[in-house]
Amino acid sequence: MTLTDIQKQALIRKLTALADDEIILAHRGGEWTGHAPILEEDIALANIAQDELGHAMLYLGLRRDLDGSDPDRLAMFRKAAEYTNTRLVELPRGDWATTMVRQFLYDAYEALWLEAAARSTYTPLAEVAQKALREEKFHLQHTALWVERLALGTTESTTRTQKALEELWPYTAQLFQTVEGEAELVEAGILPDIAAVRGRWGALMVRHLQDKCALRMSREAFPGPSRENHTEHLAPLLATMQKVAREVPNAEVW
Amino acid sequence: MEKDGEPSTIDPQLSTIWAALAQVPDPEIPVVSIVDMGMVREVEVDGGRVSVTFTPTFSGCPALHVIRQSIEDAVRALGVLDVEVRSTLTPPWTTDWINADARERLRQYGIAPPAPAGEGLITLEAEPTRCPRCGSLNVNLTASFGSTLCKRLYVCGSCREPFEGFKSV
Repeated sequence: MTLTDIQKQALIRKLTALADDEIILAHRGGEWTGHAPILEEDIALANIAQDELGHAMLYLGLRRDLDGSDPDRLAMFRKAAEYTNTRLVELPRGDWATTMVRQFLYDAYEALWLEAAARSTYTPLAEVAQKALREEKFHLQHTALWVERLALGTTESTTRTQKALEELWPYTAQLFQTVEGEAELVEAGILPDIAAVRGRWGALMVRHLQDKCALRMSREAFPGPSRENHTEHLAPLLATMQKVAREVPNAEVW
Repeated sequence: MEKDGEPSTIDPQLSTIWAALAQVPDPEIPVVSIVDMGMVREVEVDGGRVSVTFTPTFSGCPALHVIRQSIEDAVRALGVLDVEVRSTLTPPWTTDWINADARERLRQYGIAPPAPAGEGLITLEAEPTRCPRCGSLNVNLTASFGSTLCKRLYVCGSCREPFEGFKSV
């Protein structure tokens, strides 16, 4: 299929936003390496982070095919204002409950988005979505179980999980914000209708968080500012993540 | 393993290449080869030029560049100078492509082979797995992720042995 120039620019924006969420969340997950409460979880989060980076590579590979951009350059040399990730993924990792609740909210969104994107009329995206979906289901199974375990565990774990959900929930709306030109791509069948994905996601959240885990879902989610506007937490994250690349910009192997 | 639909009269050179690739071990699970794993999707010979198409198991697999290089080296070792290694995502790799012989070798190696993956639905629970040592289905998943992206950790409730199991993808 041939994209019009407007479609191409919109698709580049969307692919970059998708990749940015993956990169930043992967970094937050990676921060637990060596610090997770038990060894198995240390390994699990590193695995999940590695998969999310793999997905970012796939999205940025699609972008490269459209505009010739270099995925490494985009990941390692853009500033906070140029990143288009949601605020949800850049918030500090917090405690274990915060990490697991965030990862669950995100994994469910990602799995459902990918499931819909696997039917894209833009074949390269459909292929990427079918690949990533097979990996994402393991993240979702894992974090769904952790949220359940924490929510129905001790008084301490229940309190922390409830608190994490209340803090994070308002940020989830931004995941469902569209990028400029997205509506036209939806019309052409290139991208899934994000409102429909949100509907399925919301139903799954109620089923798991409220019905199964007995958590209260009392907060409203507000879309917030556009994806270029970040909290104060993104710049320090990027400073850490990009340090080596920026110090040795001409390195061929890190 | 020849793929379904492989022609019965095979160019000898083609079969030599497949045989050479069948000797390339999976870098993370050396008891099986990349052909056993179903990662090699297509081999094409065009005069002196050989193209091999492979598919990654997991998109973030750190062994991808090792596999790519190993494929190239294996074909070059046959005296072929012009080798192209391509990767494809379609159709996406599935553990259903791991052949029966390799499944048995995985089991003997102590890794539970994957259950049939099936299609589609997002589920919140995992597929059943058998202990590779005693065959019991009375197993507990102790960690959804293991030492590599493709495995998870279990303990057998019958023989008490901890083991790794393949994810069904």
